[in-house]
Amino acid sequence: MFTANRGRLTLIGAVAVGAVVALAGCTSGDPLAEPSSSTEASTIVVGSQAYYSNEIIAEIYSQALEAGGFTVDRQFQIGQREVYLPDIEDGKIDVFPEYTGSLLQALDKNAAGGTSDATYAELQAALPENLRVLDQAEASDQNSWTVTQAFADTYKLTDIASLTNVTDPITVGGNSELETRPYGPTTLQEKYGINIGGFVPVEDSGGPLTVKALVDGDVQLANIYTADPNIKSNNLVALSDPDGLFFPDNVVPVVSQKVDDNAAAILNKVSAALSATTLVDLNSQSINDQLSADKIATAWLTQENLL
Amino acid sequence: MIFLTETFAWLVDPANWVGASGIPTRLAQHLLFTLVTLVVAGAIAVPIGFAIGHTGRGRSVAVATAGAFRAIPTLGLLTLVALWVGIGLNAPFVALTVLAIPPILAGAYTGFEAIDRKIIDAARAVGMSEVQILLKVELPLGLPLLIGGLRSATLQIVATATLAAYIADFGLGRYLFEGLRIRDYGEMLGGSVLVILLAIVLEGVFALVQKLVVPRGVTAGRPTDIRDGSSRSRAVMEPAIEEGNNNVHSK
Repeated sequence: MFTANRGRLTLIGAVAVGAVVALAGCTSGDPLAEPSSSTEASTIVVGSQAYYSNEIIAEIYSQALEAGGFTVDRQFQIGQREVYLPDIEDGKIDVFPEYTGSLLQALDKNAAGGTSDATYAELQAALPENLRVLDQAEASDQNSWTVTQAFADTYKLTDIASLTNVTDPITVGGNSELETRPYGPTTLQEKYGINIGGFVPVEDSGGPLTVKALVDGDVQLANIYTADPNIKSNNLVALSDPDGLFFPDNVVPVVSQKVDDNAAAILNKVSAALSATTLVDLNSQSINDQLSADKIATAWLTQENLL
Repeated sequence: MIFLTETFAWLVDPANWVGASGIPTRLAQHLLFTLVTLVVAGAIAVPIGFAIGHTGRGRSVAVATAGAFRAIPTLGLLTLVALWVGIGLNAPFVALTVLAIPPILAGAYTGFEAIDRKIIDAARAVGMSEVQILLKVELPLGLPLLIGGLRSATLQIVATATLAAYIADFGLGRYLFEGLRIRDYGEMLGGSVLVILLAIVLEGVFALVQKLVVPRGVTAGRPTDIRDGSSRSRAVMEPAIEEGNNNVHSK
């Protein structure tokens, strides 16, 4: 018994000495303190939405910045706008891929919208002091009212207003919030006199379940994002929107003041190269070829000579 | 605190108590869906559980399968099934049935296993047929654990049936999804409160059923009764073993 206790005492002693030595090495660093400004200054925090296409763009921004000599901290898949917008406004995230119209509507409920340049100008005015948007890309990824090709042919559908040609009540599918959005089924009914039969929630943001519901005919009209390669591969038609029911949603980086002229120049070069067809193609590499965001980003940047 | 007042305001707002998306309709949908799922899952799991419990065969397979079933994420399964059969109630129905089978199965066969083998041997010795043993001895004695399994399955279904609203305009889950999307937290919490209340009411119903259905003197699953020896059958059957145990302890 006694020897066992002595052995234990020795062990405790050894641990105590070790801990003191280890702690002594740490005295200069407080683990709970904010990171010191010297390391923070050179690191740019890039964020992304919990949306695969947004993550690809964020990864492209990150790799382009890294190629330009910046250190990047990736904070991807941060929910939807409601969740991350406060963090951008607080300066916790320095670069975020955004969409002009949707961001504008989130910042200013009464915004007028209009052409893509008008929306961009309104967005610049609506942003808080400490934030700015860099050049917008030609690529856009916006809401749309989408139907199947067969349905469009049957009723000769071209734009949203032509949905009045449809004789049977139309069932609409999409995320819950769509029901109450300014471009939602109620507006279709009141503004255009379209015969809406009901709303079915499909909570995957225009993903595979929504596409399947549309193709199966469970819903006739759904909100699918225009850069979604599913539109092409499933023979869907996004109805044109001459009245500007949806705001143009061009891809644009929102940046904090930590993004200097060098970094801004890099991101502007990326935006200049990001064309409308490019984004659909990049999304398709993710959805159809199951490639990861970083591989897609590297391949595209290399092809565009941006690395 | 603000959320709580919002929740209360949402719950007492008369506008939320009428129409196709009113609380009574959603509650009825949720309850009906839960009961149908429970009945179907029970119809699958109880016979299998009884067969395993009665014969003692296939237990390891059942345990492994039920364990694997439990590990399946319900939302993932729901999405997978929905990609196959389309939106609507079919996919959530399949996913919830898969969720409900393991606890019922476990309740059914552990109920039988918990019965003292000597009782079954005695039943056989007095000339009972296998069917009689199953219906008159094993079923009543195993009932407390079976109902326990049904109780826990019901609780899981009630809570998880909210996922039906992921792809259908159905049930209390609509309040959760909609509230989350449009940041109406009063609606979201109100919906959650309704789910919780429904779960509590069903628990109460099951507690009552358990009391009414289980024959008096059945002690399986009640350790206090076993220990104090109030059960006659055990008291009569086990003195020899208990003495033996005592002897071991005293040395």
